[in-house]
Amino acid sequence: MSTKQLYSITALFDSPDEIIHAASETSKAGYTKYDVNTPYPVHGMDGAMQLKPSRLGFFAMAFGLLGAVSAIGFMTWVTLIEYPLVIGGKPFWSWPAFVPVSFELTVLLASVLSVVAMIVIYFKFPNNAHPLHDTKYMKAVSSDKFGINIQAEDPKFDEKAVTEFFKSLGGKEITPVYFDEDELSHGQKLFDPKFIGILAVVAVIASGTTYFIFNQLMFMPPFNWMMTQEKLKAQKPSELFSDGIGMRNPVDGTVARGFLPYPFKGQLDSVGKYLVNPLLPTKEVLETGKQKYLTFCSPCHGNFAQGDSRLRGQFPNPPTLHSDKVRNWHDGNIYHVITEGQNVMPSYAPQIARDDRWAIIHYLRALQRAQNAKESDFK
Amino acid sequence: MKKELPSKVKNIGWALLFVGIVIYVIGYTVNPREAAFNNVIGFLFITSIAVGSIFLIALEYIAGAVWSVPMRRVNEFLGGLVLVAPLVALPMFFHLHDIFHWTDLGAVGTDELLKGKQPYLNLNFFIIRFVVVFALWNLFYWLFVRNSLKQDLSKDQKLTTQNIRLAAVFLPVFAITLTVTAVDWAMSLEPHWFSTILGVYYFSGTVLAAVATATYIIVKFHENGYLQNLKRDHFYSLGALLFAFINFWAYIAFSQFLLIWYANLPEETIWFMKRWEGGMQFVSVLLIIVHFAVPYFLLLPQEAKMNLKRLKFMSIWILFAHLLDLYWLVMPTYANGVTIGWMEIGFPVLIVGLIIVMLGYKMKRHNLVPVGDPKLERGLKFRL
Ligand code: HEC
Repeated sequence: MSTKQLYSITALFDSPDEIIHAASETSKAGYTKYDVNTPYPVHGMDGAMQLKPSRLGFFAMAFGLLGAVSAIGFMTWVTLIEYPLVIGGKPFWSWPAFVPVSFELTVLLASVLSVVAMIVIYFKFPNNAHPLHDTKYMKAVSSDKFGINIQAEDPKFDEKAVTEFFKSLGGKEITPVYFDEDELSHGQKLFDPKFIGILAVVAVIASGTTYFIFNQLMFMPPFNWMMTQEKLKAQKPSELFSDGIGMRNPVDGTVARGFLPYPFKGQLDSVGKYLVNPLLPTKEVLETGKQKYLTFCSPCHGNFAQGDSRLRGQFPNPPTLHSDKVRNWHDGNIYHVITEGQNVMPSYAPQIARDDRWAIIHYLRALQRAQNAKESDFK
Repeated sequence: MKKELPSKVKNIGWALLFVGIVIYVIGYTVNPREAAFNNVIGFLFITSIAVGSIFLIALEYIAGAVWSVPMRRVNEFLGGLVLVAPLVALPMFFHLHDIFHWTDLGAVGTDELLKGKQPYLNLNFFIIRFVVVFALWNLFYWLFVRNSLKQDLSKDQKLTTQNIRLAAVFLPVFAITLTVTAVDWAMSLEPHWFSTILGVYYFSGTVLAAVATATYIIVKFHENGYLQNLKRDHFYSLGALLFAFINFWAYIAFSQFLLIWYANLPEETIWFMKRWEGGMQFVSVLLIIVHFAVPYFLLLPQEAKMNLKRLKFMSIWILFAHLLDLYWLVMPTYANGVTIGWMEIGFPVLIVGLIIVMLGYKMKRHNLVPVGDPKLERGLKFRL
């Protein structure tokens, strides 16, 4: 059962000037429920229709600010709090680097969310049915005509009067548009089988293409040229060198910076005489030592070097470092243990720079002193 | 359709021109070095307006723009300044040693960097470039305007087609010649420094200055009954163009800064360091405010771009901003810190005088509106 109802009377015009004229006459004549449809935004239409200024600008402003604030906020959080990294010797909070990202996000959110807001607020998404859809009128105004339509809901509406009125304005193809209440209220075609079908096809094509690109295309020439080019790989033979060995030895008689060989291999007993802590126990050194100790040593020896870490009982027990033995050691002996390792304790030379090792020793000494304070320390 | 400037305005123009010349003469006798540097600013300023106007003419043709046709003559008149710009540059050629460090052959001999740049930065080639660049500009200007004026009588559509082709040739030539000018007169002041974007930077200011000058003149004309047929839509377009290039300038200026700041190479950062010490940091901040922040917000609202008063104010403002921009480019080479005296303030007078005199001269001879242009009708009816 379908009951056709009158929605509106429509008229078409040929030029933007005519439609502006028509719109302003219509609003002057006292009609309120009417709308204008044009192929592109016609400047001055708001004034002609006597519309209140659109609220959309404020939405755009809010969304833009949201974009700016979240971009700057996120980057500030990352670079200052969560993962401070020195990049290019610049301060952690290097705002010039944030500008492009903040700008992009501002523009992105402002534009995308404004469109979403417009669709939701003015078009009442997800309802996508409208009496004007699929009419000849709609087809005309979305190509090259300028249309106006006065709705039957308007208190002043009268079919004959409106038709006459449009005629007097010079409107063409003045036609009534009918709609079906049923169709409108059930018009949510979002789950229309055809629509879902197309959606599925698009999804398959999109993911198929992506799969093809990343798993096939990338391995075809020319995209694989970078992969197959001549290059060195760690632990692999190489044709680049005449001896066929990829990993190279240092040039004879040279030592790379920071890679001085350790000359006291296996000489724990005598090393204390030769190696002296080059650092002074200043506040900075102790701070570094504490940080490195907590990172590298505490998992086994415990936060206070008492050998009481969580590892106790699950691993050959790491000893306390407050034993007389270690307290009476020279700094050099501890340095030796860190550098070489001892029995099950592995070497930490690759992880900890030399100065940091000495700093750890200062910190360790401070811990020892705290456990065995002398009378004089309390003064 | 010929309309002359009122004689009062013309007299002001001649007076300013005269005062300007006197200032130049006194300047060059009192302190030739400072005068020469101010001359660089003045020269770049007038070049901006002159070539920028030719660029706008070419742009109209190549884009098939309709809205700007009724006002094109103003650009054509201003473009005439390319003929006088070399005259403004003339005094500098007697003081090149004061301005350009690279002209000092002794210094070049001991300086690896300058030695490397010598094939480009040497006096002979510099002068050749100057001559070629201005010859090209004058040639294209002459061709454009000749066709446009011929059309006033013949109403021949073919002339428009010819100018479109001409514009297609001119635009790439313009890009290269303007970059050369920026490199020669602004970048080579500090011959160790380089920035690949400086040409574009100067270009953004160039177009801005040309549009601002034209906008001021057009609005003034409209108010005094010269171009009565212009509508809101025309002014809105001018305002939008100003607004667009304000943003473009800021975009380019920031891009230049960002890359140099990021890479942090001493030979590049030195240029910004110079503009960040001895008081110049205030000028730098002022430049951001004057050249970007203020015009941005004053031109942002839709109504502002159609408000004649606002447009006039902004045009003058932007011309000042461009002057400040050039000052910021040039003066730190003259001396560290801020240099401000009667020369810095007085030298632009000559340029203003030249503009008015040029306008009066051209208006006496040519129609104020391209009456023969086939697009004129549509241009007058133009609506957004
Ligand atoms: C993987 C766990 C582990 C870590 C991490 C570790 N150690 Fe050890 N450490 C041990 C064990 C186990 C021993 C006892 C080795 C043995 O049996 O001689 C030991 C022994 C020592 C000794 C000799 C103690 C003695 O009485 O012989 C010193 C000194 C020492 N560690 C210092 C350090 C320092 C400093 C660090 C941080 C750089 C560190 N350890 C990190 C497990 C660890």
